[in-house]
Amino acid sequence: MTTLLNPQQLPDAESLLSILANELITYLKPNTAIVGIHSGGAWIAEQLTPLLRQSSPEHDLTLGVLDSSFYRDDYNQRGLHAETRPSQIPFDVEGKHILLIDDVFYTGRTIRAAMNELFDYGRPASITLAVLVNRGGRELPICPQIAALELEVPQHQKLQLSRDGNNRLHFTLEENA
Amino acid sequence: MYNPQLTKDGKLKHLLTIEGLPRAILNQILDTAESFVGVAEREVKKVPLLRGKTVCNIFFENSTRTRTTFEIAAKRLSADVINLNVNTSSQSKGETILDTVDNLTAMHADMFVVRHAESGAAHFIAKHVAPHIHVINAGDGRHAHPTQGLLDVFTIRRYKPEMHNLRVALVGDVLHSRVARSEIHALTTLGVPEVRVIAPKTLLPQDVEKLGVQVYHDMNTGLKDVDVIMMLRLQNERMSGALLPSAQEYYKCYGLTPEKLALAKPDAIVLHPGPMNRGVEIDSAVADGKQSVILPQVTYGIAVRMAVMSILAGNSE
Repeated sequence: MTTLLNPQQLPDAESLLSILANELITYLKPNTAIVGIHSGGAWIAEQLTPLLRQSSPEHDLTLGVLDSSFYRDDYNQRGLHAETRPSQIPFDVEGKHILLIDDVFYTGRTIRAAMNELFDYGRPASITLAVLVNRGGRELPICPQIAALELEVPQHQKLQLSRDGNNRLHFTLEENA
Repeated sequence: MYNPQLTKDGKLKHLLTIEGLPRAILNQILDTAESFVGVAEREVKKVPLLRGKTVCNIFFENSTRTRTTFEIAAKRLSADVINLNVNTSSQSKGETILDTVDNLTAMHADMFVVRHAESGAAHFIAKHVAPHIHVINAGDGRHAHPTQGLLDVFTIRRYKPEMHNLRVALVGDVLHSRVARSEIHALTTLGVPEVRVIAPKTLLPQDVEKLGVQVYHDMNTGLKDVDVIMMLRLQNERMSGALLPSAQEYYKCYGLTPEKLALAKPDAIVLHPGPMNRGVEIDSAVADGKQSVILPQVTYGIAVRMAVMSILAGNSE
């Protein structure tokens, strides 16, 4: 794992997205759905869906979005997230193979919250976690099966995905407050 | 300016009245409620936010619907819920409001939902409680019923998202209505440019114009080209006073019939906070008609109350 310290070494989000798409193709099977975690994961899932549909049109891949604010474990410390977005799961989760997508994997707490929420929709057949970057620092026994890049980011920094007006994805590096 | 509803850093700690709340807080509540609408459509209609918390519905005045929706909202947030109808319990034995509250606090309650016939009761309790306890006003006298005002604007926003472009009319007994006051504050805070009140002079408060509304005494002019009609409940006890001649007379002048509804825009929606007096303030053909959103109001009321409870419970000093 390389270590990121300055903004000049930022990974290119768009090329990581292509890597992720290629890896995910092997995970496609009947009854698969792709679920992006708000907001970065949702942007990635939105762009992955047409690519994956093109490569395997026979699987009829459906897309959903999760905002796990109501399941977060820091609610008692930090209150409700100021910007919650409605989760949209327009398919029956029961028995589905879920490809769960997020931008950056860090502590694992967001993924725990997202999985808890997902199970309130039904019992999936399986969940596969895929991310653009695994930045290290997990605090729970949760780990992505697919990471387009393993890149250690120091604790005082935040690797943030953003989307520009042309729907292109970019990483920025921010100092934690 | 000091606002007893807010924490030092401006977050909502109690919900006592909409008056004086910034637009950003109203929008946060409405946006959060939007997320809770979907929760009710899932296999498991619960989220774990208030797990381990105890919500006490203290109703010094009866209201089955409001209490039920608060109870469902708290239960869908995974809270434990205690319902107290105080007029039938300890107060009849002489206990004061604050003794009732202190006793419930000693039982480790985390949130009080308060309905009282006296204006200011919820403020009074909010001033008294320990800092970790949150208070929601579920209706106090003629003063305020903030969650009703919020669920009404939430319903309007769902059907008519362009709030800055709306003409809204409130019809009926504004004078005695805490609902009307909360609705007016919510609408004006959210930037609705034209809010009308339509009522006989005897059912309007003095200086009602100061709330930022236009006054009409006649349905024919008042309903013309409005997008939203918010009917108010005519309380039966007003009939016995000198304020109104009779229910029949009131229906003739201020009852919402299909003919009067036709004066509004063709796609206008009709709201009513319930319980309805059919044939007094509203005709059944309107209440059950295509333009009525009275039952969606009830459904959305749960999502809005879930939003309020989960925002408050997360904002402690």
